Amino acid sequence: MNIKKFVAEALNGNVDILDHAHKAVEEAEKISKEYRYVTAWADVIARAEELQRQVKEGTAHGKLFGVLVSVKDNLCVKGVESTAGSAILKGYKPLFNATVVERCMAEGAIILGKTAQDEFGFGGFSVNTGNGFEKPLNPFDKKRTTGGSSGGAAGLTRKATFPHIALAESTGGSIANPAAFCGVAGLTPTYGRVSRYGLIDYANSLDKIGTMALTTEDAALFLEIISGEDARDSTSSTIPVPSYEVPGAIQGLRIGIVKEAFNEGMDASVRRLIMNAIYALEQKGARRLDVSLPLASNYGLPAYYTIALSEASTNLAKYCGLRYGTSDQLNASYNDYFARVRSNNFGQEAKRRILLGTFARMAGHRDAFYAKAAQVRTKILQEYADVFKRVDVLITPTMPIVAPTFDELKTLTPMQHYAMDVLTVAPNLAGLPHLSIPCGTHNNLPVGLMITGNHFAEQKIIQVGRAHGA
Amino acid sequence: MNISLDLVKKVAANARLKLKEDELKKFVEEMKDILSNFSKLSKVDTANTPPSFHPIPVVNKTREDKTDECLDRDDALSLTPHSKDGYFRGPKVL
Repeated sequence: MNIKKFVAEALNGNVDILDHAHKAVEEAEKISKEYRYVTAWADVIARAEELQRQVKEGTAHGKLFGVLVSVKDNLCVKGVESTAGSAILKGYKPLFNATVVERCMAEGAIILGKTAQDEFGFGGFSVNTGNGFEKPLNPFDKKRTTGGSSGGAAGLTRKATFPHIALAESTGGSIANPAAFCGVAGLTPTYGRVSRYGLIDYANSLDKIGTMALTTEDAALFLEIISGEDARDSTSSTIPVPSYEVPGAIQGLRIGIVKEAFNEGMDASVRRLIMNAIYALEQKGARRLDVSLPLASNYGLPAYYTIALSEASTNLAKYCGLRYGTSDQLNASYNDYFARVRSNNFGQEAKRRILLGTFARMAGHRDAFYAKAAQVRTKILQEYADVFKRVDVLITPTMPIVAPTFDELKTLTPMQHYAMDVLTVAPNLAGLPHLSIPCGTHNNLPVGLMITGNHFAEQKIIQVGRAHGA
Repeated sequence: MNISLDLVKKVAANARLKLKEDELKKFVEEMKDILSNFSKLSKVDTANTPPSFHPIPVVNKTREDKTDECLDRDDALSLTPHSKDGYFRGPKVL
């Protein structure tokens, strides 16, 4: 049952909310025990009792009434441990809700709990989980990665049979990538479309909160609810939010096929499935145009990482074990105390990214790295602006491969890990909305199709997603 | 890319990270590999190109200059064992 139908039934009193919540928690706990998707649980039953009362009193309302919403661990939920997957925030129970969480609650949602991720979002495979955190397992094959960094969100979305949607977050592809590897719809909005208030930052100019669901329709409904200006996030856009309930009509829509995305590094089976999907869209009336994005394709990866790591190293400077999260004995100088807490609690990837980002911002290196990357970003933004004069959306695979095994990942160097993000980082660097939807399987593993639109053109990518039928 | 052990030690100290010798050696090699890849940005002609610090235009937003609801002091201090007399407590300075 899709979310809209379930909500209509729940509002009409045809669903016993308390019984539904008990069953959902029981199922989610069972799934999580096996696949390691949930890191902390919210008080689902207390919330369900509150909603049940509303039904009895005739005050029940909201577009998400009774729907279970899981929340990526880097989003603050009042009173529920929120760590962004890092040991340095162990025990941190926020005193407030992120704006997106508030908006879900205002529409009658039940917060289920927090979902597993790479530490602070630092990874594409959910294997860079923080010290003491478990790695989530792919719902199709437990020897494989869920993708990352929103791995727990994607896995749970795939496995849950109760009405569920997930709040996820992308900095360089952390919604699209796990959505592709787990066979769900992952919708990343334009930068600024959704308030970031209450997000534990990775990189402020890149972070975007988005949604995951089994279908494009549900992911879109959810995005509409969480979108819109917020006085508490100065980068949130003032552009009004249109309806994302759009039909899958694509007659005459111009689809740009990015030629650099289909290079020799791509798995042949992924290429075949994407080409089949493009052909099917053409049969439904879309017009295909071949386009080239040489700057985004060749320089998107280094520009993205240089900026992301620079911003991350600044953001992570605030974690020092004094005011919240992990702490230690105060038996050293300030600097020694900070260094001890940080060194003992950040994982290897967090340390690596702090070092790289600090280096890229240091006097003597800043112009060649951070400042240069920001200039290259301008050129990439211009390249996208030019191509969107000719096409409505761009189509690429989400990932060039199906989900790798954990053993395969162990053989990769850190740079090879970063290079796996080649298809998702450029749209993220440019703050463009993108949707990953399942488009078939290879060896029983899902393949994701990525549809990218111009700034604030979420409606068009949703149209294409619905036309595809996912 | 010339990344020495001393340079990585200096970067780590700036970032308040105390790394073990084997960690440092590993990071030296990894940073060489990663930064030489990032260095290819130098091939892009960016003469007269302004930097983009955000992907969409961002303007300053201001609010009325009046007091608003804020975090309660006791609540804020409840998140750490290191508090005393209504203040956060840090390591000794002297």
